[in-house]
Order: sequence, then C-alpha cells, then structure tokens
Amino acid sequence: MRPSVAGGLILALLVSIAISLSLGAVALPPGDVWRGLMGAGDATAVAIVRDLRLPRTALGMLVGAALGASGTALQSTLRNPLAEPYLLGVSGGAAVGAVVATAAGLAGIGLISAFAFGGALIAVGLVLLLARQHPGNQDPRTLLMAGVVIGAFANAVIMVALAQSSATEQRGALWWMMGSIASARWQDVAWLGGALLVLGGALVHRARDLDVVALGPETASSLGVRAERAAARFFLLASLLAAATVATAGLIGFVGLIVPHLARGLPQRASARVTTLAAAALGGILVLGADVVARTARAPAELPLGAITALLGVPFFLRQLRRVR
Amino acid sequence: MIRCESIGARYPGSDADALRSVSLEAARGRLTAVAGPNGSGKSTIVRALLGRVPLTGGRIMVEDRELSSWSHRELAHRLAVVVQREEPAFPMAVRDYVTLGRHPFRRPWSALTAEDQDAIDASLAQAGVDTLRGRSTDALSGGEWQRVRIARALAQRAPALVLDEPTTFLDVGHEMACFELLAALAESGHAILVVSHQLNLVARFAHHVVLLAEGDVAAAGSPDDVMRGEVLERIYDWPLVITRDPAVGAPTLVPLRRHHALSPPSIPR
Repeated sequence: MRPSVAGGLILALLVSIAISLSLGAVALPPGDVWRGLMGAGDATAVAIVRDLRLPRTALGMLVGAALGASGTALQSTLRNPLAEPYLLGVSGGAAVGAVVATAAGLAGIGLISAFAFGGALIAVGLVLLLARQHPGNQDPRTLLMAGVVIGAFANAVIMVALAQSSATEQRGALWWMMGSIASARWQDVAWLGGALLVLGGALVHRARDLDVVALGPETASSLGVRAERAAARFFLLASLLAAATVATAGLIGFVGLIVPHLARGLPQRASARVTTLAAAALGGILVLGADVVARTARAPAELPLGAITALLGVPFFLRQLRRVR
Repeated sequence: MIRCESIGARYPGSDADALRSVSLEAARGRLTAVAGPNGSGKSTIVRALLGRVPLTGGRIMVEDRELSSWSHRELAHRLAVVVQREEPAFPMAVRDYVTLGRHPFRRPWSALTAEDQDAIDASLAQAGVDTLRGRSTDALSGGEWQRVRIARALAQRAPALVLDEPTTFLDVGHEMACFELLAALAESGHAILVVSHQLNLVARFAHHVVLLAEGDVAAAGSPDDVMRGEVLERIYDWPLVITRDPAVGAPTLVPLRRHHALSPPSIPR
C-alpha cells in the first residue's frame, strides 16, 4: 500500500477516536477530553472520559478490527464475496449460548459472554466436522454450506428457547443479539485485544497463503499450498476471532461483510496481508462511527449498535452491488 | 521428468475407476500430449499429478522420485500446472497475479528477491503479456487470461509444465500462438505435458501422443501412430476420416456427417 493510503487510514482512525471520546450524551470540547484523559479538570469529565468513553472507544476499535480482519480472511478462504463471520454458524452458536445462559437465569454479562463464546466454538467445531464428512470435500464452499446449515439449526433452537422464556428474558436476549459496546469494561478490552493479537496476528502472518487459497484449491495445490488444510486453518482463525467479538459485544452485523470490500477498493491493493490490515483499520473506523451515532442520535437513550452498522452498511452494499457485473 | 507407471485412480464416493493402468512419460525437451474424448480421464491425470485424487494402483515418478515423497512446496519447484478452470475470488493486477507464481519460493515475510523479479519479468515477456501488467484480471479477454495464467506458471521456473486444455475459449490465432509457445518451451528443455481434446493441433505440435478412452490408453506413440481412423472412430463413436493437411502434411482428423458415412455420395464418372 502506498504510504499516503496507510497514512490516510491512520489519520481517519485517530479522528474517529477523538470524536468517539468527545461525543455522547454529554458533548465535551477537545480541551476537556484532553484534560480528562490526563486526569485533570472537572471530576465528572474525568469519569466520563476515562471510565466510560475510553474503554468503550478501545473496545469499539477492537471489535471493528477483529470483524474486518475476520471477514477478509473468510471471503478469500471461501472464495465468496458474500461470506461474513456471522453467516457461518458463529453468530447462531453464540446466540444459542447467550439465550441458554439467560434462560437458565445466569444473568451477569460475564457469564453470558462465556456461554456465547462456548456456543460459538461448538458451532464452528460442528461446521468443520460437517464439512469433513462430505465425501467430495474438494471445495471450500462445503464449509459455507455447513455454516449456513448450522446457523439455521441454531436459529430454530433460539426460537424454541425464546418461546418458552419470560418477557424480561426475551428482552435481555434481544438486546444482546442487537449488539452493543455500551457496557465496555477494561477486562473486555484486554480479552478481545489479546484475542486479536494472537488470532489476527496469525492471520496476517499466513496472509500469503490466503492469496493463493483465493485462486481455488487446484491452483493452490499447484503452488505448494495444501489447499484444504490451509482453508480450514483460516476458517478456524477467522471464526475464533468473530466468536471473541460476539462474546464481548453481541452481534454487530454487516461490518465483517462490508469492510473487506472497502479495503479491496482502496488504491494500490496488493495482497491479502495489506487488505487484512486495511480492513482492520476500516472496521475500527466504521464501528466507532456507528457507535457515536448509536449514543447521540436519541441521547440519552442508546440505539442498538448492530442496527446502526446495518443501516450504514446497506448503502455501501448497494454501491458494491452496482459494481458487480 | 514425469512418469506415470500403470496408474489407476478413483474419485472418493465414485464406484468406477477414472483411470485404469495408464502409463505415460513426459520427458524434457519434448511436448507430450494427452488426448481423448470427454470423460476419458484426461483431467484426472492432472489431478493425480497434483495429489488431488487418490491412486488405486501404480505410481507417479517426478525426477525419479515418487510423487508422494515430495512435499507440496518441493513439488511446486519442479512442476508448474495450469488447471482447466480457474477464477480468482477477487480481481487483482496481472503483475500481482503472476507474482503468486513465486509463492513456493517465498517465506511468510520475505521481500521479492532479484531472482523473483527476474522470473516474473521474464515469464510476462515469454507469454507475451508484458503490456498487461497493470490490467485487472477481470478486465482480460479469454485469450489474455489464458496467457496470463501460463505466465504465472512460468514464473515458477519449474522444469516441467502441465496444462489442462490450455486452448479452450481461444480463437485460431491464439490457439496456434499458445501451442507455438509450448513447442518453444519444449525446445528450450522443458518437459511439457498438455491435455487437449484438439487432436489436429496436438498432431501438429506433439512429439508423443497418449490417447485415452474410458480411463485406459487406447493408443500411444507419434501423431502418425495414434491418428488412425479405425481407432479414433471407435473411441469417439463417430464416423471420420484421417487425411493429411495440405500445407504441412500432418495427420488431420475430419469428422463426417452421419449420412455421408452411411451412404457415401456417388461420384459421377
């Protein structure tokens, strides 16, 4: 990528962070934000900036980066521009976990997160298992189909579970499924940051194989890559990354679908590695922007973040659709 | 360079053999062609060379070592393959696509070496697609895309080049240009193995032809040995005659209309 494009992305990310720190139910001028960050000035401003907006902004950036990187890897691995992290059983599995936790009366955001992560892992495991059972497993699209099937099954389980729970539980589960980073805590930031470092780092490290896998299994084999094995590895890394975001922030749709396309549209796109890094940055920008809208549009009430990302995503997607010949 | 010794192959889940005891050799400096009707097992040979279809018998030797004993990466240093169908999931610049031909030589973080760059430039020139460097792969014509794929394979600098139906979708001029390129590569010491159903082209260019029918070798040898009317009529199940093309005298297959074969037109004396 040209230095100017990389510089532009970093600048845009910094601007998003600044906006995310200053806007909200209470708008703070830049000077107050800076003093708040430093721990000086008005005690309320310090509390808002340091305890509420800083972890929220950090988590938003991480969620966007993780979804962007995950979506890029999945689209290349499955050779499908419509693949996104949530399509492949991850969201369904996580939602089942969360609904089960809520229905069992295991309130508390920590337990719900743990159950959601567990549900996502089980779903990803099932998808991989199902794809392996397929006798003609020469095509990564098998993974896609397995993911859709597991997702449909998870939806059925959720509907049955919700039909039998109380109105309060239903509301809790629904809010979780709409996604939010409003209750971001530093331990969420640390957990997702760690996951992004390990899983995203592995993705970026192996990104050259991703370029080759995107050419199809036969050509990938001819270029020295064990195509099916590499595809399964990328699928696993990307799904785990998506599962980690779902566990901390609920379901935030469309980011993993849209952002890889935006990253590929940047000038001088060269490789999967550059696209993955650019998608991570763009994902962070998109989620921070959407979160600012979520908390300011009807302040002091919060709108669900997942709904905002979807609303922002639709026009991007329509534009993308027009470019497909 | 590449030697198949009585190989048999069967796809998982299928109850019929795709290949039964096929032997062939692609030597350096020669253009070896595999021809035959649809479903005769031509592409299965390419998949077997990629290790993508399990062998039920026999063995494949590459540089006198069994195929399975090479790692995927080592094999890619020796064998470059242009498979029948390939569509990148996302378009990219031709230059970047041809660079992927150097993948078997690169570590996860290594920059392009002078040798890599040299191989890329040389293969772009050799395949005649030098001027397309900056074009996107989704903005190429069928003929350009086919040559760009050959350039990617050439960038591997492998001594053996395997191509599966490289002239599908190509017009006469591009067809000839493609085979001329393969013949020149063979002359420069490459082992060329080309799978093609275009017998007349194969007869013009190949040193050795292996004719497959239903997974078996129906005939093998020089184009003159293989282009025999009774053999071809049987395996293609269609009336035809073999003649000599008037320009260069290569054996040429001319398929007949059914009614010509049933009742040959009477020629007035």
